[in-house]
Amino acid sequence: MDTVILSRWQFAITTIYHFFFVPVTLGLSTFLAVLETRYVITNDETYKKMVKFWGNIFLINFAIGVVTGIVQEFHFGLNWSEYARFMGDIFGAPLAIEGLMAFFLESTFIGIWIFGWDKISKKTHAAVMWMVAIGSNLSALWILIANSFMQNPVGYAIRNGRAEMTDFWALVGNPNVWYQFPHVLTAGISVGGFLVMAFSAWHLLKKNPHTQDFFRRSMRWAAGFALVGSLLVGLIGHAQGQFLAKNQSMKISAMEGLWETEQPGSFSVVALIDEKNQQNTFDLKIPKALSFLLFNDFSSEVIGIKELQAEAEALYGPGNYIPPVTLSYWSSRTMIGIGLLMILISGLAVLWSRVDGLEKRSWFLKLLIPAGLLPTVAITAGWLVAETGRWPWIVHGLQKIEDAVSPSITAGNIFFSLISFLILYGVLAVVGVSLMLKYGKSDPAAAVEKGE
Amino acid sequence: MDLNILWFILITILFSGFFFLEGFDYGVGILLPFIAKKDNERRAVINTIGPVWDANEVWMITAGGAMFAAFPHMYATLFSGFYIALIFMLLGLIIRGVAFEFRSKREEPSWRSSWDWAIFIGSLLPALLWGVTIANLMRGVAIEADWNYYGGLLPLLNPYSLLGGLVFLGLFTLHGASFLGIKLEGELKQKAKGFAGKIWIPVVALVVIFLIWTYLSTDILNNPGWDGLIPAILAALTLLTYGWFLRQGKEGLTFISGGLTILMATVMVFSGLFPRLMISTLDPANTLTIYNASSSPYTLRVITIVAAIFLPIILIYQGWTYWIFRKRLSPESSDLHY
Repeated sequence: MDTVILSRWQFAITTIYHFFFVPVTLGLSTFLAVLETRYVITNDETYKKMVKFWGNIFLINFAIGVVTGIVQEFHFGLNWSEYARFMGDIFGAPLAIEGLMAFFLESTFIGIWIFGWDKISKKTHAAVMWMVAIGSNLSALWILIANSFMQNPVGYAIRNGRAEMTDFWALVGNPNVWYQFPHVLTAGISVGGFLVMAFSAWHLLKKNPHTQDFFRRSMRWAAGFALVGSLLVGLIGHAQGQFLAKNQSMKISAMEGLWETEQPGSFSVVALIDEKNQQNTFDLKIPKALSFLLFNDFSSEVIGIKELQAEAEALYGPGNYIPPVTLSYWSSRTMIGIGLLMILISGLAVLWSRVDGLEKRSWFLKLLIPAGLLPTVAITAGWLVAETGRWPWIVHGLQKIEDAVSPSITAGNIFFSLISFLILYGVLAVVGVSLMLKYGKSDPAAAVEKGE
Repeated sequence: MDLNILWFILITILFSGFFFLEGFDYGVGILLPFIAKKDNERRAVINTIGPVWDANEVWMITAGGAMFAAFPHMYATLFSGFYIALIFMLLGLIIRGVAFEFRSKREEPSWRSSWDWAIFIGSLLPALLWGVTIANLMRGVAIEADWNYYGGLLPLLNPYSLLGGLVFLGLFTLHGASFLGIKLEGELKQKAKGFAGKIWIPVVALVVIFLIWTYLSTDILNNPGWDGLIPAILAALTLLTYGWFLRQGKEGLTFISGGLTILMATVMVFSGLFPRLMISTLDPANTLTIYNASSSPYTLRVITIVAAIFLPIILIYQGWTYWIFRKRLSPESSDLHY
């Protein structure tokens, strides 16, 4: 196997793994900051207990997110040195700014938060949690500014054999950022909400009278979070799709498995995709629906993959510019399907937890437990669409993936690192998840005492 | 002074901060199994760096990010060229980071001692490997005309660089011990100081040999531009005062001496390299400098403004952390969280 394939596998695996934990950090840090603010305002000790209890799960998750993030910071140099040389003038700056503006904030204040319960005032302690939440979400902003350049290059010139930044504000103002960042931010909110709902549901099913109130209240807050997150992530995702239709049409057409140009475009519900012969052997379609979804009318033309391939060849020279269509198609369907399901589930959870009907419906509580993983699956599918849909480009239109890999590393090197990461990440997943389960299932009073 | 020089200085500052702060963190991790045996003793030791290690580590991450932003070719050459060494370092940092958080989450002695080993190895490996890496930068590596180093791991493990690794390990361990000297109280503190007393002479010997070797086989100490000679002398002197103050029982001054040794050693390395970033042993034309390896003037301006705004703010709030957690700890302390 060559170094490009191995490096892609390593980057994909370590990034996807890292991003199992990051959205939990994004969402739960905000969740905890809100709850702790409630504690300061109301002086209600239950809120403090809630912050400490959910804080345990947050911290276990946070630790894995942090350590797997270090790998990502250095990955561009390790495996993608030609990318680092070609793109460093643009890509390095947001990464450095992420360190200065976000990582320092997040990491300094998390230390104060964990150790500072009795050392600083209540108000300061709540403010410290806000700093953690702001730091985490800012870090997402800067890495997405960097990522958005790869999707939609702006504010640059090709000079001295590389891409050089000409307009920093264009980079920051890249429209792609302002779809992607809110999409990720609200996805994080939904993850936090669904995770807390899952553990709360488990406890409510136990019907332990001492903890019912605690988990009822947790559930109400989490359901609200999950609904707001799910609704917004869906709406923003829809807007993002419309942006991509104009901006990265190949990604959209691959997502839709649309080989031939259609006017108006019909939306495919289920299809069997034959990538080799560039056709769908089975396709269940809703007429005109795709035109409506992408362009808000029933008549717009949607360009097919084959025509886009011809356009790309005319522009960039001969080659294959078609991303993995089957993967894009099913990932996008997974993301959208789960997104809709999340709105439904969190909507019902909000409704029933308000009218106190949640505990009467134990089937629903049982459903909420596995549902805790839904947002994570959707997010992973979403990133697969975003990143594989960029294929064959590492930076859209500027550099191909095959030209970006480090020339000085061997397949043996990457085998070694890939296998090491697989083993270590596997162990961490088992240990981390078992700890989260242990603390998530523990009695809130006991966990607060032991876990701090 | 142009921005290339400014960023060379800023990278030096970031690495100085990293080696100073993570230096004692690594040192504490390395000392853990030697000076603390019982669980509450180990907790006391770990808790001295508990509130700060994560933020200290960000100095390394930001140094890497800043290198990427200001000198992308150095970032590319270094990280791809030193691939296997850096993978080992990352593996160490991963197990160390989660160990701090996970260790206290279960009671079983086998659980806790496993994570203690993770902290030990995860502190030792990066300390050693950063030393090896820096020594190779001082010595130069076989960088080819395309600015890549193709030699792999083995040439990096040459005797000079391995000695550099041991020097880092020794300095960080001393630094960690003097940090425990100002952060702990009672018997545990005495053990940390005792350990420092035992290893001080061997470390001095390693440093002297390393400096002589550096003088003979590299141009770091007699680089025609700037040279690292004065900071090298200051590093050696402060290492001597470290031993002096340790024997005098002056804990604060011992810590300051060890910290200055690390800062001066870092300044020695970078001023000896200046204006080079990575020396090619094959052809001086292949050497990466602050001019041929840098980002464009525009990008340097952008990140200069950002750094000018945020570095002072970071120093203030990080300083505040050390103020909040200024109290000494002991195994009997009530506020052990890890």
